[in-house]
Amino acid sequence: MDVHTAGQCADALVETVALTRRFGARAAVNNLSFAVGRGEIFGIVGPDGSGKTTALRLLAAILDPTSGSARVAGHDTVREAEQVKARIGYMSQRFGLYSDLTVAENLDFYADLYNVPRAGRAPAVERLLRFSGLVPFTGRFAGDLSGGMKQKLGLACTLIHTPEVLLLDEPTNGVDPVSRRDFWRMICQLVRERVTIVVTTSYLDEAERCTRVGLMHEGGLLACGTPGEVKGLLHGAVLELRCAGPRAAAAALRPRLEHSSINVFGDGIHIVTDEPAGVEEKVRGILDAAGIRTERVRRIEPGLEDVFVALLAPETGARHGE
Amino acid sequence: MANEVEIVGLERRFGSFVAVNGISLEVKQGEVFGFIGPNGAGKSTTIRMLCGILPPTAGSGSVAGFDIRTQAERIKQHIGYMSQKFSLYDDLTVEENLTFFSGIYRIPSAVRKARMDWAVAMAGLEAHRSALTRTLAGGWKQRLALGCAVLHEPRIVFLDEPTAGVDPLSRRRFWDLIYDLAGRGVTVFVTTHYMDEAEYCDRIGLVYRGELIALGSPNELKTGVMREAVLEVACARPQDALEVAERCTSVREAALFGAGLHAVAADASRATAELRAALDAAGCTVSRIEPITPSLEDVFVSLIEAHDRAAADKEAAA
Repeated sequence: MDVHTAGQCADALVETVALTRRFGARAAVNNLSFAVGRGEIFGIVGPDGSGKTTALRLLAAILDPTSGSARVAGHDTVREAEQVKARIGYMSQRFGLYSDLTVAENLDFYADLYNVPRAGRAPAVERLLRFSGLVPFTGRFAGDLSGGMKQKLGLACTLIHTPEVLLLDEPTNGVDPVSRRDFWRMICQLVRERVTIVVTTSYLDEAERCTRVGLMHEGGLLACGTPGEVKGLLHGAVLELRCAGPRAAAAALRPRLEHSSINVFGDGIHIVTDEPAGVEEKVRGILDAAGIRTERVRRIEPGLEDVFVALLAPETGARHGE
Repeated sequence: MANEVEIVGLERRFGSFVAVNGISLEVKQGEVFGFIGPNGAGKSTTIRMLCGILPPTAGSGSVAGFDIRTQAERIKQHIGYMSQKFSLYDDLTVEENLTFFSGIYRIPSAVRKARMDWAVAMAGLEAHRSALTRTLAGGWKQRLALGCAVLHEPRIVFLDEPTAGVDPLSRRRFWDLIYDLAGRGVTVFVTTHYMDEAEYCDRIGLVYRGELIALGSPNELKTGVMREAVLEVACARPQDALEVAERCTSVREAALFGAGLHAVAADASRATAELRAALDAAGCTVSRIEPITPSLEDVFVSLIEAHDRAAADKEAAA
């Protein structure tokens, strides 16, 4: 598979071709082409404003593209928007739970919205409550749930009509680690039932869980592939350095190690370099001269964050955050 | 080195609810200390006590050398505070926000301009001084908020979930600023429930249900406290493999992870053997199974779940 262009799938449940959406002069989504096969978890990662949310809204058939096209669950998002909507679950960042309805009432409300027949609804609701771990909270007002439980209820509501494709926009933003783990357990379960999932996140440890990831930047995909393939795009290698006083060490290394990027990670340092062989000796030499004891230097598997920073930093120039 | 934060047996009750239950810890000058835990674990209540806003119901402590019970007002002069919401005025410009906070912190007019220039340079906002704050991207706002919080040169800065909703590149740049501050001797106390942020701290305390349940450097916690092993399994048809792995008695938990699985097990070698046999038999040909260093999230989730199981056992026994 070509990791730069996202490839095609035999059994694609989501497929976009040169998908573009402009707002005035700005292309929020720009010539985006990718395909997601049945039962895949496709993660879209990217900085704020890179077009993740707009892309998801185009797939959800609630926004029309300026040009290009998308097929989701076998239907065109413009010409067959209603068919698409009936077959997908879309959880936006501000998913509409009714805070003055109980957990059970919210599920019932979404069942009505999606025309889920009354017959057979009770067992479906029961199953979703069990699935989301919300059985003990069935009678609680949604407004009184914790952030993590709200997200689980949101996901349960999104699933009431058993969609084939699930579109999740930063579903774990602001959710604590335990709830986040629960949330991913739910996603795992859905994948087992062959639901296809497209999820946006700004957290790269979550991207590692996805079958494939697309790195979005300025409306397009900068890279796309399995987490392993994307990591393979990093030129050079990542060395992990453990030493006394990592911040002083980084300050000593930065001016003397050209063509390497040096980042402090709490009690260690990551050095991304094109020539790992020579660098270790050089690092030890520089730190010795600075009076800093080197505990260990070893080559590690790059994280997606290393790749992300390496691919994006040249694009955004010296100043981050624009 | 001096301890900028020192607390012993800190406790705060609200009625019968114990929000903070006997926390003891020390933070050295210039250290970046991460206070990590789920929502409602007691992180914010602890910070409020450290800032001298809320008196403890038991225990004692000092911040910047001042007693949190008796010298709360002195503490407030020496600390900076930045919240998740950034507390900036959206309809003021960058310059106006800085002027406003200079007033709040009563920075003498003789040094005010120099401090504001310093904050602007630190945040990299030279070209945006007259921009309306609401027009700034998340990463810029975050750096402006930090600039405002350290205008008065506090000895300690408390950052309460400072990076929610900020992208990875901006986060990285924000942490470079934090390291700069720490390098100048400022102590940084940061709360978060994002594990990638926890990785950036010198030391971490994990708080859960009001108790400190782990304390150490990220490396110590990843290599020292988790009793179970995490196995990375590379095999064919991972979705089917997940079901097979869950049926293995030596595997406590399995999850899809990228193109493979992660399995958590008490006995790594037994689990490796069982997984290999079961997966191969099911046609999910195994190419590799090996123990990996757990992530901080693996460690924390495992500690928290062990804590919950112990609490449930205690309840069942009572």
